[in-house]
Amino acid sequence: MIIPILRLGKILLTSIQQELTDADVLQLQSDLLRKVSEIEALGVIIDITALEVVDSFMARVINDTAGMARLLGAEIVICGVQPYVAMSLVEMGRDLIGADCVFNLDQGLKLLEARIAVRGDAILSLEGDEYARNDRP
Amino acid sequence: MREMIDPERVLIRDSTDIVRARAVARQVANQIGFTLADQTRLATAVSELTRNIVQYAGEGVCEIADASGEEEIRLRIIVEDNGPGIDDIDRAMKDGYSTGGGLGVGLPGTRRLMDDFAIESSPGCTRVSIALVRRRV
Ligand SMILES: Nc1ncnc2c1ncn2[C@@H]1O[C@H](COP(=O)(O)OP(=O)(O)OP(=O)(O)O)[C@@H](O)[C@H]1O
Ligand SMILES: [Mg+2]
Repeated sequence: MIIPILRLGKILLTSIQQELTDADVLQLQSDLLRKVSEIEALGVIIDITALEVVDSFMARVINDTAGMARLLGAEIVICGVQPYVAMSLVEMGRDLIGADCVFNLDQGLKLLEARIAVRGDAILSLEGDEYARNDRP
Repeated sequence: MREMIDPERVLIRDSTDIVRARAVARQVANQIGFTLADQTRLATAVSELTRNIVQYAGEGVCEIADASGEEEIRLRIIVEDNGPGIDDIDRAMKDGYSTGGGLGVGLPGTRRLMDDFAIESSPGCTRVSIALVRRRV
């Protein structure tokens, strides 16, 4: 199964719309990282609103993906964790998800913009591909 | 007379079966009258145990049965395989112990999610029984 990855300027957005097999999850992880590196994305949003189960495997892949994206230079946020998913995750073990979470895409974009602004190495433009770099002395 | 739901047996061979098993668990739990939160706990537990089969045993079976009584609803799940077995169960039940590069939270997390949890293992047979029980309302 191919999960679409949308591009908004220097941000990548992917929305998981159905339950995924382990192979699908790992495929998405590598597609996402390849895309991050290809366009030098500054931020990634993964929308998991439709996921009814997040188990320890999924939690690990989410954490790993966040860590890998950061290594490449992108910020990452998870959005749309369902309440029952949150309950099960915390009951299983605290701190299973190490990435930052927000309610919705709108907040996700705002958080990424703020993060990227703090980094100060680039100015984000959602309109197109152009973005300006602050030339450091 | 209350209608009992026939037990379901799901064969576990690869990661697509994990998705199937947890969908069946959720559906049976829903039919018996478990809340969405409990359905999610059950689906998450099934996900953990069946993934362990795929990762460590190759193949096995997940049996999902309505074991409700007059006073309570009870879903009983047995996940069984004929793989190599777990040589030190106490260690396998510890948070963070994994021989597969995982978070090591599958077994201990499942125990925390469920009301009943029993595990027995010897070379050639590993069997985990879990149950969730709620008073009828
Ligand atoms: N069915 C099984 N057959 C053989 N060994 C198993 C089985 N289930 C679990 N184990 C062993 O017990 C260990 C702990 O299992 P547990 O599910 O808690 O963690 P994990 O699978 O390693 O990681 P996680 O579930 O967090 O992704 C496993 O690493 C494995 O060595
Ligand atoms: Mg496991």
